[in-house]
Amino acid sequence: MDAVILQERLAERLVSPRTRSAKLKQEKQYVGFATLPNQVHRKSVKKGFDFTLMVAGESGLGKSTLVNSLFLTDLYKERKMLNAEERINQTVEIIKHTVDIEEKGVKLKLTIVDTPGFGDAVNNTECWKPITDYIDQQFEQYFRDESGLNRKNIQDNRVHCCLYFIPPFGHGLRPVDVEFMKALHEKVNVVPLISKADCLTPGEMKKLKDRVKEEIEKLGIKVYQFPDCDSDEDEEFKQQDKELKESTPFAVIGSNTVVDVKGQRVRGRLYPWGIVEVENQSHCDFVKLRNMLIRTHMHDLKDVTCDVHYENYRAQCIQHMTSKLTQDNRIESPLPILPLPTPNVETEKLIKMKDEELKRMQEMLQKMQQQMHDQEQ
Amino acid sequence: MASTDVTRQLDTNVRPLSMSGHVGFDSLPDQLVSRSTGQGFCFNILCIGETGIGKSTLMDTLFNTNFENSESTHFEPKVKLRAQTYQLQESNVQLKLTVVNTVGFGDQMNKEDSYQHVVNYIDAQFESYLQEELKIKRSLHNYHDTRIHACLYFIAPTGHSLKSLDLVTMKKLDSKVNIIPVIAKADTISKSELHKFKIKIMSELVSNGVQIYQFPIDDENVAKINTTMNSHLPFAVVGSTEEVKIGNKMVKARQYPWGVVQVENESHCDFVKLREMLICVNMEDLREQTHTRHYELYRRCKLEEMGFTDTDAENKPVSLQETYETKRQEFLFELQKREEEMRQMFVQRVKEKETELKDAERELQGKFEHLKRLHQEERMKLDEKKTMLEDEISGFSKRKIAAELLQAQAFTGSMNIKKDKDRKNSGFM
Repeated sequence: MDAVILQERLAERLVSPRTRSAKLKQEKQYVGFATLPNQVHRKSVKKGFDFTLMVAGESGLGKSTLVNSLFLTDLYKERKMLNAEERINQTVEIIKHTVDIEEKGVKLKLTIVDTPGFGDAVNNTECWKPITDYIDQQFEQYFRDESGLNRKNIQDNRVHCCLYFIPPFGHGLRPVDVEFMKALHEKVNVVPLISKADCLTPGEMKKLKDRVKEEIEKLGIKVYQFPDCDSDEDEEFKQQDKELKESTPFAVIGSNTVVDVKGQRVRGRLYPWGIVEVENQSHCDFVKLRNMLIRTHMHDLKDVTCDVHYENYRAQCIQHMTSKLTQDNRIESPLPILPLPTPNVETEKLIKMKDEELKRMQEMLQKMQQQMHDQEQ
Repeated sequence: MASTDVTRQLDTNVRPLSMSGHVGFDSLPDQLVSRSTGQGFCFNILCIGETGIGKSTLMDTLFNTNFENSESTHFEPKVKLRAQTYQLQESNVQLKLTVVNTVGFGDQMNKEDSYQHVVNYIDAQFESYLQEELKIKRSLHNYHDTRIHACLYFIAPTGHSLKSLDLVTMKKLDSKVNIIPVIAKADTISKSELHKFKIKIMSELVSNGVQIYQFPIDDENVAKINTTMNSHLPFAVVGSTEEVKIGNKMVKARQYPWGVVQVENESHCDFVKLREMLICVNMEDLREQTHTRHYELYRRCKLEEMGFTDTDAENKPVSLQETYETKRQEFLFELQKREEEMRQMFVQRVKEKETELKDAERELQGKFEHLKRLHQEERMKLDEKKTMLEDEISGFSKRKIAAELLQAQAFTGSMNIKKDKDRKNSGFM
């Protein structure tokens, strides 16, 4: 019922003021496909959304706290933190937390992929391997589902975004950071963050951000780039967008506690010398991150994952499979590969053998002829 | 500082005596003080921590000066130690301070042997002191003592627990140097988190048997303050060389948008406690502990390795000279044995080479013979063929002559017949 009303209202707005009075006299002269956005909105609300977020970084950088602050829930109720002794030889695990959250009728199935143990052991060579394997597994799963016969209920478990936490205690990127981002930048959208930003003064923060940006560019790491806004957007939006892009990598602070600031209860951290407010833009970039991740770019992250990273994976996978097939006829392919118009592999082999024999015999003949020629001479 | 410590022993031959007036030997400590003040003091600190954790800044803040340390990069291939010596003066006391910093600690992917470089450095300092001590002509009072007196271990403020690298390193160092763990960049941890963090760290250290330096409580003058300080370990410190105006004073602080962290404010961080404990109260004790405990342990291990013992197999005390003599004999004996071995090996090698060469010669000879034979055979064959050819040629030429003869005969025959015919014909006429 309300859809019809909505349609009429939209139609009214579209019809120019001149003919509005004429409308009452004449028949409605619009077609009506301007309501498409509304229909999309309606359908998507009904279907619900899903998003998979991966967080990676050393222990103690505030990943769990940030996730709790971002989604205003407590995902990590019972968490067992390992001792230093147990972590000497720790391997990386992959832990998934899935929650269903709802806001104003919009349902979101949020999956957080946690990577405890990353960078914690004494020897961290190739500690990102379990993570890249996991991402590839999700791609492969989706690939198989997509190529299957029944495609009604495909579950999309692909990782849409990876937040990488850079410690603020150093002077820039460390070797482990560089290696991790390089291993992942072509598989997933990597968003680097400077964690625990309350240990940096504004001057130090700017220096560190510039350093990190420089190093990322110099080392050729392809982090997630915000799409450029359309040229017909208004100035304010463009200005905001520019600011957003210039303040990457975001320096964030998270908090599990709520404190009183000037009569208001906000999420923050209480220190003897002051209170750090998580949502205060002059304190840290948490708000920018939240806006980017959830309010404006969530769908773009999903799109880039589908269009770029997944397609790359798919193309590689197919190439790999077809090259293997020509060598070895026994690979089971998930795709129903149509019979190609080339001869059977067996006959091809026979042909090759015969060819070689022929060549050999020709060579022998030539040799004999030469010998006879020499003898005659 | 090679003074032998005299321990007060209750000797039954010595009886306490009371004097009837003031003699004046109570000025002995003052004499000692003025002598050591004249000589100047020496202190060596080792700072271990990740790159960028604030080691240089803390040193600058502690000693209220600028040590001019440059920033290091994160991409060092292995851990290095950088030592710098400075001469400081306060009132009329001279201090020769050596600050050793680790470079690249905790940056590598594989940190399994990071601790080894630090241990090697500390051992090297002990070794050079030991060498000086064992010299025949030595000048220990002039010797610049580079042994590490205190090691500040900088723990990253994660808020959870120690890192695995920290645990491994501290375990290896606790018997070699006085370890004082500090929590660096402590302005990122709130008070409640800090309390939990400190407890966790101490319990982890205890459960893994790491012996950090405990401030001494046997001296009544400082026992009380030291005991309270021991309960505040590890100290959570903040370093800063920048000054901010608070009230009407300039203080060392860090300015944030949400507040100002004052370095010397005891409710903000434990910097003042660290300075007091490290420098004001316990510096001499640190030096003493280094000499009497850590250095002695090193010396004992080293000498035992070399084979010196205080008592021999029958538990009788053995003097250094005897041990030295026996060692010398052993050494000479081994030397001789080695020489013999080498000589024998040399002879054997020479023999082997000879046989090799001989074999090679024989082979070559054989080949030469073989080739010669082949050559001869071919020659013979060729000669045969030549003779055959010559025969054929001669045969052919004979046949040719014969054929020509026949032809000539045939020709003359026909000529004769023609002549006869002509004569017959002419006869008729």
